[in-house]
Amino acid sequence: MVHQAKLQSSENINHIELKLLKSPFHERTEALNLNRAWEDWSGYASALHYKCSNLEYFATRNTCAVFDVSPMCKYRFRGKDAEAMLNRMVTRDVAKQGLNRVCYNVWCTDRGRVIDDGTLFRFAEDDFMLCCAEPGLDWFLLSAVGFDVTIEDQSDSLASLALQGPTSCALLKAMGISGVENLKPFDIGRYPYAGGELMVSRTGFTGDLGYELWVEPDLALPLWDDLFSTGANYGIQPMGTESLDLARLEAGFISPMVEFHGALHTVDLGHDHSPFELGLGWLVNFKKAHFNGREALLLEKEKGSKYRLLKLDIEGNKPAENSILYSNKKCTKEIGYVTSAMWSPVVKANIALALVESRYADGDIYAEVYHQKELRWQRKVSQCTIKTKPFWAPERAKLTPPNDV
Amino acid sequence: MSKQYDAIIIGAGHNGLACAGYLARDNKKVLVLEANNFIGGMAATREFAPGFHASVAHTLPQGQSALISDLSLKKHGFELAAKNLDTTALDGEGNAITFNGKSVKGVDANDQKSYGEYQSLLKKFAKVLKPTWNKRAPRIGGGEIKDMITFAKFGWDVRTLGRDTMREFTRMIFLPAQDMMDEHFDNPLLKAGLSWDYNVGNILAPRSPNNAVLNQLLKLSGDVSGHGGLPLPKGGMGSFVNALANSAKTSGTEIRLNTRVKRVVIENHVAVGVELEDGEIIHAKRIISNADPKTSFLKLLGAANLEIQFTNRINRLRTEGLVAKVHLALNALPNFKGMTKPEGRMILAPSMQYIENAYDQSKYRSYAEDLPMEVVIPTLHDKTLAAEGKHVLSATIQYAPRDVEGGWDKHRDSFMKNVIATLEKFAPGIGDCIEASELLTPADLEQQFNVEGGHWHHGEFAIDSWWMNRPTYGASQSKTPVSGFYLCGAGSHPGGGIMGAAGANAARAIIAEDK
Amino acid sequence: MKKYDAIVIGAGHNGLTSAAYLAKSGLDVLVVEKNDYIGGAAVSREIHEGWLYSNCSYVCSLLRQSIHRDLNLTKHGLMIVPYSGTTNFTRDGNYLAEYGDHAQQYRELCRHSVRDANAMHRFEADLMRYAKLIRHFLMRTPADPTSFKPRDISELIFMGKKFWDMGEDQIYEFTRFLTMSAADFLSEYFENDLIKAFMATSSIIGTALGVYSPGTAYVLLHHVMGDVDGAVGSWGLARGGMGAISDAIAGALKEHGGEIRMNAEVQQILIKDNTTYGVALANGDEIHAPIVVSNLDPKRTFTKIVDKNDIPADLYKKAKNFKIRGSSGKVNIALNGRPDFPSLPEGHMLRNGSFQFLDSLERMEKAYDCWKHGRWSDDPFIEMTQSSVWDPTMAAPGNYFVSCFIQYCPADIEGGWTPEKREAFGETVVDQISQYSPNFRDLIVHKEVRTPFEIEQEVGLTEGNIFQGELTLDQLMFNRPFPGYSQYRGPAKGMYLCGSGSHPGGGVSAACGANSAREILMDLKRPNIVPEDDGDE
Repeated sequence: MVHQAKLQSSENINHIELKLLKSPFHERTEALNLNRAWEDWSGYASALHYKCSNLEYFATRNTCAVFDVSPMCKYRFRGKDAEAMLNRMVTRDVAKQGLNRVCYNVWCTDRGRVIDDGTLFRFAEDDFMLCCAEPGLDWFLLSAVGFDVTIEDQSDSLASLALQGPTSCALLKAMGISGVENLKPFDIGRYPYAGGELMVSRTGFTGDLGYELWVEPDLALPLWDDLFSTGANYGIQPMGTESLDLARLEAGFISPMVEFHGALHTVDLGHDHSPFELGLGWLVNFKKAHFNGREALLLEKEKGSKYRLLKLDIEGNKPAENSILYSNKKCTKEIGYVTSAMWSPVVKANIALALVESRYADGDIYAEVYHQKELRWQRKVSQCTIKTKPFWAPERAKLTPPNDV
Repeated sequence: MSKQYDAIIIGAGHNGLACAGYLARDNKKVLVLEANNFIGGMAATREFAPGFHASVAHTLPQGQSALISDLSLKKHGFELAAKNLDTTALDGEGNAITFNGKSVKGVDANDQKSYGEYQSLLKKFAKVLKPTWNKRAPRIGGGEIKDMITFAKFGWDVRTLGRDTMREFTRMIFLPAQDMMDEHFDNPLLKAGLSWDYNVGNILAPRSPNNAVLNQLLKLSGDVSGHGGLPLPKGGMGSFVNALANSAKTSGTEIRLNTRVKRVVIENHVAVGVELEDGEIIHAKRIISNADPKTSFLKLLGAANLEIQFTNRINRLRTEGLVAKVHLALNALPNFKGMTKPEGRMILAPSMQYIENAYDQSKYRSYAEDLPMEVVIPTLHDKTLAAEGKHVLSATIQYAPRDVEGGWDKHRDSFMKNVIATLEKFAPGIGDCIEASELLTPADLEQQFNVEGGHWHHGEFAIDSWWMNRPTYGASQSKTPVSGFYLCGAGSHPGGGIMGAAGANAARAIIAEDK
Repeated sequence: MKKYDAIVIGAGHNGLTSAAYLAKSGLDVLVVEKNDYIGGAAVSREIHEGWLYSNCSYVCSLLRQSIHRDLNLTKHGLMIVPYSGTTNFTRDGNYLAEYGDHAQQYRELCRHSVRDANAMHRFEADLMRYAKLIRHFLMRTPADPTSFKPRDISELIFMGKKFWDMGEDQIYEFTRFLTMSAADFLSEYFENDLIKAFMATSSIIGTALGVYSPGTAYVLLHHVMGDVDGAVGSWGLARGGMGAISDAIAGALKEHGGEIRMNAEVQQILIKDNTTYGVALANGDEIHAPIVVSNLDPKRTFTKIVDKNDIPADLYKKAKNFKIRGSSGKVNIALNGRPDFPSLPEGHMLRNGSFQFLDSLERMEKAYDCWKHGRWSDDPFIEMTQSSVWDPTMAAPGNYFVSCFIQYCPADIEGGWTPEKREAFGETVVDQISQYSPNFRDLIVHKEVRTPFEIEQEVGLTEGNIFQGELTLDQLMFNRPFPGYSQYRGPAKGMYLCGSGSHPGGGVSAACGANSAREILMDLKRPNIVPEDDGDE
């Protein structure tokens, strides 16, 4: 016998949890999830809706709503080369990012194809946090080769909620978070809270007035309870991913694995995207120090991109979900497809994000819409108009100090 | 304070000097900066013991006559001490088989006949690869006609081998040395001796597939002494290096020793100069690195100036050296069992299994007791390396892993003991002739010659890191992703061994750019 | 004596497939088989009463969907059932498992290395790219790169285009990948030795190489390029054991009028004036046909059942040099209860899966070193599949059949494979399993130990190599089995090869048989009925 194994009994091994994981807020979200409607978000149970997405969506546009963003991946970058390393990885100028500021960023492969997008938080000269939807440690570690920086996966060390809507600031003030009204969009503030600390960033995915709240997991339930007890007077509702998805689409925000397929796990050539193709050209800063994909992106800027992501306003009121787009009403020439679509209650428009071949993006666009009428499938060809501005971008989202309603 | 050079070459290895020579011939103002106090890197001749001289690289099978003539090296002092050494395979029991590129002695009629066929086959294969060594590696999809022609010519050369030989080529190129040997020969000692050149210098053993034949064909890339020739330079390899330096200097090149470059200076995404350890900044239109790719990209250039996937392709290069070098100062000529007197190159390995066993040890960060080795006694042909009556023994030893368990400091003595014990088996009494010795483990090679991992080729020479993939795509045509920065060392195409082709390729790429 | 249109030598699954397509095309086909059972190494046998053993191959991934459909294999009784979960136990008492669910797999990998858990996504994508490329070529005859014939030029162009469609970067990466070792390839993604070892297991299957040997990265790919119903990379079990596959193909053959004759060992392929005219059986009978297709491995075909003078001298030499060294062993075990693995919780889904017992690449490489020295590995790699848990036909309720596949085991050991040595080898396997399953030994009702020696004796696979020839680049694609003979044709007119020793190589794929039928039909100028692409689209 060559070796002797040390057999352990199964109680001594930390087996993985087989079920969907519970976020730090699960006890509260579970109690409120009347339809037991969950979906898998990064292995966590995330509410699709609590009872009615429509009500939840309106809460975010009319009063305020809370969405559990704890399953987001969070990575901490620290060290003397943290800024240099991040600046080389992302397309915006990190050197220009001030302390306690958040910047929306995107990072690309050597060929300028988008791997993921996320928000970069700067806590100090040499201390950052990157928040993104998919686990990104692999790419970050590859990017760190040659730099003096430590990268820590802090995804489980922070519980967070998105509090969004016109009464959100008023609610926070009422909870005693004094000074929160002075946060400008993308500012970070830290406040003593319940014996610990509450970090607040004026960020969000709804395109409206809103904040993201960050605490250590053991303060999660107290924070939730505080929000909901005080929030009763401010019209607070919990919101699920269905309503969040409606809100973000109105705001014109893209979603990973919906608008784009991360480049590192894209198998077929060309099924990923450059930032230009996703309408994120404004994030690409050619004037700063070298960053990943720079050469390739310069070339693309010169030669033009194959695709363009468009905001469309579509005839009729049948959402153009999964519709193929054509350059003519007869639907003989395919030019692209819809990535996200909805009927927007606040704007009263049939809106969509769509990926269209650049050469057709300035001509006529028709969507082939399928919808059911009492189970019977109907086909409709609707004309599309390109919109340059987000469908929903109210002034109140940017005011500092914000209004109370 | 700094005058403007056309090119700065980092490292006065033989490739850097060859590059300088070609550029200087094209009227370029070149400055070569060398960190050590001698030129030539692993091709330098050094006095390893008072009165005894040796070079890490001791023979010149990859010598290129075109380069020697282009740079007028003979005029600048390059001379051979022996045009073509034979190789003798020894088993330590008294059997010896001597062979060269044309013939073999000491085997039966079957193996004799096969030998002729075998060498003729290798000669054909070597001919197919010959045009590739001294030409830039092609790129797929670059759209350049030059590259398409390279591919087409290669394909055509293979095709004109004739159908049967072409078929053999596409099959044999992947064979492990052991299979190549077993298909042609019966004699185990012959097989062991011939297999040596297939594997030495890389992480390869007789059973290793895919990369052995290419490695052998690289050794056959020289044309100074005909097919399979093994020339011995006079004055050790250093004289080859000195001739290169002299030739470059004659054309106006400056060489500075004891000058270590700290980093390449980048302005506006372009390489514009170098910063020395002492802070001095020197500008040049082009910066060319003779250093290995990891040093060139990760230390001198810095990851911040490179793409992430590219950086990792460089970082993942296999750079662990596996070869040790031993130099012995002898006060008498040793007697190798099976030979009346030592001559040429001797390979000490009775069988391919013997070599495989030594390799197996290295897989686990250890080394064998019975070490396969290649021995040359250059003083047999060259009196300049030691005093009258004294001799230098230069041995290339496999397999000595760079990251031996515990580190080489812990193992130097025991490894050396194994070397001497092995030599004693093959040449009894040699121990008594040793006046002094030098052991260069891969760690020593790394530290003394500034080469990552102490690897001869600056990075594994294998199909997956060859040609379009050497050191990696995006930097395989001497140019690199950084404008103004080039590679000219063994880590670029065509690879290592004392050849000068990498340096010449870089120079040609630059000269072509300026046209 | 009846004359046939075609005789296929060997009722292995590829021979049966070739015969079935030929019969479907309308030819009168006879398959001759030396054993009294069909299937070769894709066979289910009742070696011990009450248990059905897949006593050679035991899992299925490479069986082409298009062939399954074409030959109506479902109608003839074939169902491939997915199975899931592999747990690898380590000496320190822990384990690393494979879960089908992405999020669960991430968490499991995180138990060992968060970094590697993150890298897995990129690894899978890169490997999938290569798999999707290779899959295009499984059902196609390789081009002859030395030929200027239109079919070869167009096949080369087809290949070139598929490569080109990957994009420049991936062409470089793939050409690198093809010659690398599994260890080096895996190290480009992962840092954790256990994870690397776990991922490397497919790279040594049936090879005479170790994880550190260049070329094993391809073998890894070979084992993930199959699919079950479009899920590329997954493996399944044939209900009824692997014999169900051969039986179903035989059913298709008979449906189209083909015949199978057992206990009919072929002594020689009859050739005159460089033209085949039939076979001579060991019992002296001669059967005539203008087409003879050999399902035997290329070495056996050209050195044992063909007269040396009937083939070119250099072909004989090539066949002698063909590498077909067996390195795998099989221990098939009948148990009268379920083996307990106390490291896993009771009722845990992983208890249904397969088991391995590795913890490092070094252990795997050392197992290879033993084989190099002509011994079976004293610390072998074992993959133990609980076939009967997923397939109720293999054993009665409460009884279990486990199939243990082992690397490495030599075809020849010093002094030969005596019953004692065979038993000692079997004991090595049971010993290792028992370390992790304390009740294992007590449940054993019967044990069948198969070394490459047995595999050769019974199945006829030379040196017991399960792939009918090693999967190294010098013997793959247009080099398989030898350059100039990669298009299924032998040297004589009417002579063909159809086994795994031809393209695309080993594994129970039926592709080799199908591809050979396509070539035969082409030579007969009959319409082609053999599919050429499975199409991932």
